[in-house]
Amino acid sequence: MNRGGLLAVLLGAATIALVVIGTIWPATSAAAYAGSQSIMASSSTAEAAVRTLGDKIRAQAWEKAYAGLANKAQFTEPEFVHDLTGYYPSLLTYSALDKFEVRPLHASDNEADVQLTLHWATVVGSSTSTRELHVVKNGNNWEPEWPIVKEPNVPPQIIPVNYLRWDVIYRGPGDDWGSQDVEAPHVRIVDMQPVERADGVVILGELLNEDVVPAYVSVSATLLAKDRSPMATEGSFDKISHLLLPKQVTPFLIKFPNVALSDVGGIRMTPLSALIAASADPVIEIGDEQLHPVPDASLTGQLINQSGQIVNVAHVLGTFYDKSGKVVWVADEYVDQALLPQNPVPFQIHIPEDLAKNVASQRTVVATYSSGGLL
Amino acid sequence: MKSRSPFLLSGLAVAVAHLAFAQGAHMTLPRTVEAGSMFSIRSAGSGKATLYIVGPGQVLKRDVQLGEAILFPAGTLYNAGHYLAVLAGGSSTESNSFDVVPATTAANLSFLAKPSRLAVGLHDGITGAVYVFDAYHNLIDVPTPVSFELSTPAGTVQKRVVVTHEGAAWAALDSTAQQGKDRFVARIGDVPSTRIIEQVPGDPCGLKMNARQSGQRVQLVTDPVRDCSGNAVPDGTIVTFTEIYNGTQSTIDEPLKHGIAEVTMQVHAGAKLSVASGVVMGNQIGWNK
Repeated sequence: MNRGGLLAVLLGAATIALVVIGTIWPATSAAAYAGSQSIMASSSTAEAAVRTLGDKIRAQAWEKAYAGLANKAQFTEPEFVHDLTGYYPSLLTYSALDKFEVRPLHASDNEADVQLTLHWATVVGSSTSTRELHVVKNGNNWEPEWPIVKEPNVPPQIIPVNYLRWDVIYRGPGDDWGSQDVEAPHVRIVDMQPVERADGVVILGELLNEDVVPAYVSVSATLLAKDRSPMATEGSFDKISHLLLPKQVTPFLIKFPNVALSDVGGIRMTPLSALIAASADPVIEIGDEQLHPVPDASLTGQLINQSGQIVNVAHVLGTFYDKSGKVVWVADEYVDQALLPQNPVPFQIHIPEDLAKNVASQRTVVATYSSGGLL
Repeated sequence: MKSRSPFLLSGLAVAVAHLAFAQGAHMTLPRTVEAGSMFSIRSAGSGKATLYIVGPGQVLKRDVQLGEAILFPAGTLYNAGHYLAVLAGGSSTESNSFDVVPATTAANLSFLAKPSRLAVGLHDGITGAVYVFDAYHNLIDVPTPVSFELSTPAGTVQKRVVVTHEGAAWAALDSTAQQGKDRFVARIGDVPSTRIIEQVPGDPCGLKMNARQSGQRVQLVTDPVRDCSGNAVPDGTIVTFTEIYNGTQSTIDEPLKHGIAEVTMQVHAGAKLSVASGVVMGNQIGWNK
């Protein structure tokens, strides 16, 4: 046998050996995803019982997760699943549980309180939700009670909607070359501030649609070196509300990683606007907004959908100003549940702690995305 | 066809060079021919000959009887430019050139008007540029007066007359104080070209809201929202209502509907209510009920 043949035999034998080892002694995560009990799948302690529940949720083993709950008589399995993934199409509908954390809060011989923090991987990044579970001892085992949040029912009704809608007819191929096309909306950057952060330079600002038609907008910025040569160009991506109705203002944030502000000799801003078919509906009320100081510096509030259409994904953007009215930060949050008509949904936007002390006021806007589903 | 013309011209020029001293055929050409008009070429001599006319985008070949006038009906030559005529007959060939010039009568206007939409009351905010063409789309380069007229729905008319320079004329006009769809007409004689310019209201002016109790909530309603020229700000324009109370804030971005914006909010006693649209602030109300 030549050396190549010997190598092939050795590789084949090693592969078979590894398959056998993996089958007999599987890795914890692999076993959990395969649906079997993990090594930690124990209910000998309250913390272990919640961890087991988290494993099952991550594996989307809904039936097993539901079966292990102490209070399952209070709700059905579909209600349990909908509580986790959304009753209506929302950000969580297209997500998976990436990881979770378990933190004991209180414990006695027969009952305990455990905090379960769920980190969902969504199409717009990580989304975190926290539930506090009451865990009870049943014989030798601990069983968690799921704090079900039932989606409120919207009473059957007709909500007349007569807001404006704009449609656009562009010039066609048969038009004379001198014919006008429809004018792009006129937008204006009304504020712009470069800020140096630990991870680079951030451009903050606000963009106004000063026209009478809706606009699809985005902003890009080019950093210029001291010799006026371009250093880098970046766009606002999703740190902006892309749809602006007439006279509406959106904040924007553009990141330039690994750039020092001292190296920047100038900034060239390029706002882009295009006509877009749009509707003035839905109207979202932003209520009870409150700025919280450090250590948990944030802006909290609630969104109330005043229209009859379900909003599947809401994107909240906050602009934070200092006492002189200068923009000091822009932050955002995607709300992970659908907005039902007249149903308040809370939101929380975190503010960097070092900037929080400078924040004197704020302004919030909401961008909404609806799949067109009606009640 | 246009790309072949230089080669044909070159070939004919070579033929002319070889036969330059041949005798017999002779022709008399007009110096200029108006595009699309009828014209004739007189020939002298006897016998049969072939006439070639080569120009931009066109080549003609005619069998002619020398000594007779060669008639070309209207519409035969229509592209303005420099043409070469070659008469080849028997042992002699003669060549000559002439120009086809654009017709003096304008038949088409290419009218570029910008912008198609602008705010009221802007000085020189509207520009129009016209290129003048004859019926065969030749640019008419002789100075020609062009009339620019901007008329509002109310009948107000701004008018400028500009003489073309090398085929083009342009003018700048003011947007008026009244919103509406204006007709922007460029005209030469009885040939018009029309564009629509939409004059839209400017920023809201004197934005004012009123508040009144409505059950458990407070109804906030603006007065009809108008710009500083008195034009109604169009529906759909966003008006922002804000309640500030004890460190908390609530806002609603509400589009105008039927000229006003109207919301109902949960308002705390002692709250400060304000209204704004874009960068324009309105009045503030202290709610003490």
